[in-house]
Amino acid sequence: MRTIIPFGPQHPVLPEPIHLDLVVEDETVVDVIPSIGFIHRGLEKLVEKKDFQEFVYVAERICGICSFIHGMTYCHGVEQLMKIEVPPRAHYLRTVWSELSRIHSHLLWLGLIADAFGFESLFMHSWRLREKVLDIIEATTGGRVIFGSCKIGGVRRDIENGTLREIAAKLRDYAVEYKDLGNVFLNDLTVKRRLCGVGVLSGPDALGLGSVGPMLRASGVAQDMRLLKYAAYGGIDFAPVTAEEGDSYARCAVRIGEIFQSVEIIRQCSEKIPGGAIEIKVTGLPEGEFYARTEQPRGEVIYYIKANGTKNLERLRVRTPTFANIPPMLKIMTGCQLADVPVLVLTIDPCISCTER
Amino acid sequence: MPFFTISKTILRSLFGRPATLMYPAVPREYVEGSRGHIEIAVESCSFCSLCQRKCPTEALSVDRETKIWKIDRLRCIACNFCAEACPKKCLSMATGYSPAVTSPGETEEHHA
Amino acid sequence: MIESQDFRETTPERLIGEVQGMRDAGYRLVQIGATRTEGFEINYSFDRNLEFVNFKIRLADNTEVIPSISGVYWSAFLYENELHDLFGLNIKNIHIDYQGHFYRVARPAAFAEKPPPPKIKRAVKPTAGTEVKET
Repeated sequence: MRTIIPFGPQHPVLPEPIHLDLVVEDETVVDVIPSIGFIHRGLEKLVEKKDFQEFVYVAERICGICSFIHGMTYCHGVEQLMKIEVPPRAHYLRTVWSELSRIHSHLLWLGLIADAFGFESLFMHSWRLREKVLDIIEATTGGRVIFGSCKIGGVRRDIENGTLREIAAKLRDYAVEYKDLGNVFLNDLTVKRRLCGVGVLSGPDALGLGSVGPMLRASGVAQDMRLLKYAAYGGIDFAPVTAEEGDSYARCAVRIGEIFQSVEIIRQCSEKIPGGAIEIKVTGLPEGEFYARTEQPRGEVIYYIKANGTKNLERLRVRTPTFANIPPMLKIMTGCQLADVPVLVLTIDPCISCTER
Repeated sequence: MPFFTISKTILRSLFGRPATLMYPAVPREYVEGSRGHIEIAVESCSFCSLCQRKCPTEALSVDRETKIWKIDRLRCIACNFCAEACPKKCLSMATGYSPAVTSPGETEEHHA
Repeated sequence: MIESQDFRETTPERLIGEVQGMRDAGYRLVQIGATRTEGFEINYSFDRNLEFVNFKIRLADNTEVIPSISGVYWSAFLYENELHDLFGLNIKNIHIDYQGHFYRVARPAAFAEKPPPPKIKRAVKPTAGTEVKET
């Protein structure tokens, strides 16, 4: 006997609205049909009204959690199109802010997944640790979530070298607490019972369905867009964090590993940052088409920018990582138990406001 | 024993200081450099309306004849574009959020 | 520092053959997007180990029928439904076809309307708190 249970758009575990129709047969989910479009704002059409330099503000506000990297990818795309050479100090500053953004996003996700399997005090502790990172971000850029510090041609604010070394030292102290938190997620018996073996996605399946980010890396495929060496990643050494099993436990382990990797990248940036200017003057208008790809906390984001020599861009197309991770999510949900549905929805790290711009 | 691995964190927060502030009894201290709201030193304003042209949300309006500078606090996104564009440097960013208003579209006026 | 921007042109008839070739070579589907120029352009992007390849189809208007690639790459159904809802493109045989109800849009095919020609810039912006009317 099959019943159809509607999940969402309002559900206590979802951070943003998405609707799933679950076809259930006696507690086992047999089929899933997604339905999105609750917060579609049509931001891509706004390029026709806003001039291309002002559009950085709109690009940052596509999403609240991954906001800095959206702004940075837009600036990177337009700068490559117009052949502008951004000074190296600006590249290092952008890298530092991207990694801070990645740390706070992964701590937010750790809190949400703890809430999904019911461990609310762990959720609160993860977010308490996240507040300290947000304080660092507020001190350097002025805003906690929307940084407002990227512009075409460079960055708007500077961080002095002394402050940068203090930030790296503070993060090293916080890393001790992150280790304790990671220990609970990875070694506690009750947490393992909820995460191990749930939602297994094999490597070839993950590639065939188009998944990106930690979801792909947890199935054993080492692909990370930071290896394209945009911004300052050419001068930093790091290797993508991967895991083998492909279940929710592996995805959790990959994201915790990435937090420590980001702390290490910020330490390397604070030592290698050069002096010099932080911005360069922009003249002329963009023309041509370009695909810019960068690595957000959730995966690979791709911006297609097409310009025709006027002040407004002709087309801006944003494909965010959650959009690419929805088909693998549908595949892993078929055959799971009804109580595992919140864990599986959150294991892709859904950022629906990005998906639907 | 992989049980109660969270007890170390819980004991530390049980016997330590609370992580939260008793807001609003204890006021929040903003970091210097935090973006909150725009302030103007209106005596040095030349009413050139460059700030009005640069504002991405159209929150400012400047009138040269009557010498009034108006800002709609709820439309302002605290991006600092106007302060960077002002030739007289009379605009500056101060910390602290602007308080609630009673009706939308209410503007705050400064006369020279 | 920029990755190679490899653009190749194709037509609706050769599309499925080329996409099957990509699948056999081990590429993964990255995105499908459309642009409104004088007619329409559809871009299919593929990636393998950071190597990036694009196919472009040029169309004169949105009544031409395009075959769906969701038989080759199942995840393409999301992108094709989005193209149908926002641009009004006619794609047939999508594996899961929402028939126009994927996004809850107020007007169907809103992105297919051509952008307005650049207007003369207004000298003074309207005052704050007032409605912005289209001139």
